[in-house]
Amino acid sequence: MKVLGRRLTFYLVVAIAAITVDFLLPRVLPGNPVDAVLSHMQGATVTKASLQALKEQFGGDTKTGVAGQYVHFWHGLLTGHLGVSTSEGMAPVTAVIRGALPWTLGLVGLATLLSFVLGTLIGVLVAWRRGTWLDQLLPITTFFQAAPYFFLAFLAIDLFAVKLGWFPSEGARGITDFPALNWTYASDVLYHAALPAATIVIASAAGWIVGMRNVMVTTMDEDYVLIAQAKGLPKKRVIWYAARNAILPSVASFSLAIGFVVSGALLTEIVFSYPGLGFILLTAVQQADYSLLQGIFLVITLAVLIVNLIADFVYVFLDPRTRQEA
Amino acid sequence: MALSTSTGLGTAPAADDGTGKAGAVPAAPRRGRPPRLRLPRSPKVLIGLALILVFLVVAVFGSTLAPYDPSRTFSLTESFPLPPSAHHLLGTTQQQQDVLSQLLVGTRSTVLVAFIAGMIATILSVVIGVTAGYQGRLADDVLSMLANFFLVLPALPLLIVIFGFLKTNQGGHDLLIGVVIALTGWAWGARVLRAQTLSLRNRDYVDAARISGERSWRIITFEIMPNLVPIMAASFLFTVLYAVGTYTALAFLGLVNPNHWSWGSELFYAQVAGGVSAGYWWLFIPPGLAVALLGTALALVNFGIDEFINPRLRASGVSRRKARRSGGTALPRRFVLGVTPVVRPEGPETASGAPPGQRPVADLITTDHGKTRRGRRGSGQPGSGL
Repeated sequence: MKVLGRRLTFYLVVAIAAITVDFLLPRVLPGNPVDAVLSHMQGATVTKASLQALKEQFGGDTKTGVAGQYVHFWHGLLTGHLGVSTSEGMAPVTAVIRGALPWTLGLVGLATLLSFVLGTLIGVLVAWRRGTWLDQLLPITTFFQAAPYFFLAFLAIDLFAVKLGWFPSEGARGITDFPALNWTYASDVLYHAALPAATIVIASAAGWIVGMRNVMVTTMDEDYVLIAQAKGLPKKRVIWYAARNAILPSVASFSLAIGFVVSGALLTEIVFSYPGLGFILLTAVQQADYSLLQGIFLVITLAVLIVNLIADFVYVFLDPRTRQEA
Repeated sequence: MALSTSTGLGTAPAADDGTGKAGAVPAAPRRGRPPRLRLPRSPKVLIGLALILVFLVVAVFGSTLAPYDPSRTFSLTESFPLPPSAHHLLGTTQQQQDVLSQLLVGTRSTVLVAFIAGMIATILSVVIGVTAGYQGRLADDVLSMLANFFLVLPALPLLIVIFGFLKTNQGGHDLLIGVVIALTGWAWGARVLRAQTLSLRNRDYVDAARISGERSWRIITFEIMPNLVPIMAASFLFTVLYAVGTYTALAFLGLVNPNHWSWGSELFYAQVAGGVSAGYWWLFIPPGLAVALLGTALALVNFGIDEFINPRLRASGVSRRKARRSGGTALPRRFVLGVTPVVRPEGPETASGAPPGQRPVADLITTDHGKTRRGRRGSGQPGSGL
């Protein structure tokens, strides 16, 4: 458990560092965010108090100085105040994010899980049947891996939504459909999620396939696989033993991959006008809504860190060697 | 004659493709000759290299090749994008600008940003990774921490925030964009290079150099770095690939000055024009395909390097049909669990008379339930059928 303790400390440090980066960015980068925000607030009355609040948030001459602003930032964070969103009618940033988060968690979470499971299974299969036509899959997956997510999303919309009309091209639910706990609503949500989810799965599965295949090929040359085979174990069990060991690097590289997947998924959301974090991120960028921008970055970073922590737990569970330490 | 039986397990020595020089990471660098990266001459690598070359040529001569000025508006009356025609081979945009010209001119910025980012990130990762691996202790702890920090931080959201703040004073500057992307993309390479440096640091020849009084910088530059070349190359290509995607994504989101032509800015205009839901495929397919093709090319070459580092990854030699035709001298491609085709080097002297460029015979070691042991079958005709 020492390992997990160490990882937990690491993620805590990363979280604190990321929050600090989030705080520093508007202050370090050239330009004056306060003016930019004010220019987008035409019509709204700017009181002295709100001007002061903006300066507190993005830097500027305040009585407390940068250190005071930093303390203020943390205080706001811990009490759940991330400022107000200028693009969403001065609603609290936390409320705006709370409205978008479930869509992203549902879509991206499920799609990522699905692509990991599918990609790993296909990777095992390709490695196992090396030298057959399945090898041709590798260059194809390379193409999907190299193509930007949003390009695949374009293609998916063009083909399945516009030309064939099988799926809706945007949104997360029908306009006339209101949230309710019944089958009509659930099926409508699933129907809208199918195309974006498929895009994310196809784009991200390629990485898992190649990674798993490469490790699996190496693992199948190990002594213990040979022994298992020599003892006459059924092929399926041998594959299972090899796959269980080969999956470790895949789980370990999750931290590297998850960042890409989340980034790509955000772009996919934008293309599909899916009302998740990616979509409000774009709005925030276009409207120079900096508090929302900072808030979304924080939420995404924390989510990625939590997923990483879970991946580490899984790793320790899968690999007994990490538990024997000390 | 180099055909020998090997266990083919675990530590089987790696064989370079056909040049007779064994090992992806040779035990000691050869003095006097600059170490070269010899890629397997597989179709994958060749296609990849050819594609990269094409993109480089277009990047350099793109504005000369372009039939029109990419910003020129051809018609003020037309308000819909026109499909491809003889005048405009890839059609026009909503502003009645030539798509082909935009694609050709936009190549430069995209390729330039990607290569700047790749170069800077590789330099960063070599400096940080090798220092961490060679110095160890505190330097290692601090630098590894830094690398891990950048690895877990989701890069694109961070870049979006950075460019979101930068937008107020227009970020349309290739060098600046390249540097910022590089800052978020060096960590992976640093981690891999550190691991490899760690394993090289304790090799006998490095110890020997240290005991004989070589200075640290000399050991690093002449004993360790040459053995890191394949990994550096892989890390460079990986970062270029990453930078192409990231730059395109940033431009697509409108975070880079959209009047600065790149593939991403074309996609930005395609999205603004509602090109996807309206079915204007010529607006988004050409730039998107260009990104995907460049990415595929880079990944294909990277596959070659991967297989160079770890030869077991190669999808081995010949198809079964070919094997049958050659009358059993060539080995079947089908991989059976527990049977490892091992490609052995011809040896430095190439006594068998096979030309150095040719692949040596594969040696099959069968341990699979006492099936036919055909290890030395092909030894009469080196390189046949491969």
